[in-house]
Amino acid sequence: MSKICIVFDRLRTEEKMLQKEAAELGHDTSLIDAKTTQINTSSQIQDFDFGDIVLERCVSYYRGLYFTACLEFLDIPVINEFNVSTICGNKLLTSMLLKKNNIPTPKTYFSFSGDAARENLDKIGYPVVIKPIIGSWGRNVIPLKDKDTADAIIEQREITDGPLDRIFYLQEMIDRPPRDIRVITIGDKAVTAMYRKSSDSFKTNIALGAEPEICDITNEIEDLCAKASKAVGGGILGVDLMEDKENGLVVHEVNNTVEFKGLVKVSNVNIPKEMIEFVRNSVRK
Amino acid sequence: MKCPECDADLNIPEDAAVGEIVSCSDCGADYEISKKDGSTVEIKEAETVGEDWGE
Repeated sequence: MSKICIVFDRLRTEEKMLQKEAAELGHDTSLIDAKTTQINTSSQIQDFDFGDIVLERCVSYYRGLYFTACLEFLDIPVINEFNVSTICGNKLLTSMLLKKNNIPTPKTYFSFSGDAARENLDKIGYPVVIKPIIGSWGRNVIPLKDKDTADAIIEQREITDGPLDRIFYLQEMIDRPPRDIRVITIGDKAVTAMYRKSSDSFKTNIALGAEPEICDITNEIEDLCAKASKAVGGGILGVDLMEDKENGLVVHEVNNTVEFKGLVKVSNVNIPKEMIEFVRNSVRK
Repeated sequence: MKCPECDADLNIPEDAAVGEIVSCSDCGADYEISKKDGSTVEIKEAETVGEDWGE
């Protein structure tokens, strides 16, 4: 049996479920806190208890990303790989890859200064959605319904002036029902899906209180998710789709360290078990 | 164990593991279990939600 290591920085319900499933499947499992682990350029794989493969589950994107880089430096297989995490954690890179792979995705505009964003908005018109290129749980995802709102948000970005504040990601507002679809893909296969329904916000994140409801995986969803997963490099992912009233399904995000505590409430699939089986099958022979 | 913030009794479940977060039911402060050896538990202040937290 393979030894599986789960790297975390906050032990959540999901990580405990994964550990339990790994143990039930007979795997020796270790849980390692990224926050307290020391790695240096002379480190050797045998200095640690990472086992045969690591499932990276940090809640902090950058911590998980750079910890993955260290693990790959030690030649330890990691799910998801550094390149996958880099792409999925960055909405700009994801949007471009989806488009490049002919996967339907909302039209998205990129500007690299406040003035350029204002100029772009004058051409595009309203409404549009502005999103930070790195960020989760719907934070700072803001519908821009008019010029006054846009000016205020851009000005705010110019004042805070973080390195990523200078990159403006403006996306067409999709005309859709007040819900989106979250699909968990494991090894490019859609294994379970839910609608995330929001009653009082255009944001549909479970972290913000949206309600999960089971969604049947149609052939179209299965096909789109397989393509999206392959486009970003595969692994264990959360593919988000919207039902565009004009153009049908569009993929707007692919998430890296996918959360599933909302989905387990409604899904009849044993999600952590599917994940652990995929991890086991990814161990180098 | 007492909450370091407000001195209320801190309820730590028996099966709580290192890395898990416990919250004080009185003041709401969050603590991370940093060490556990049998019934001996050590806690530290939990990290606050970071801008890069999420999926």
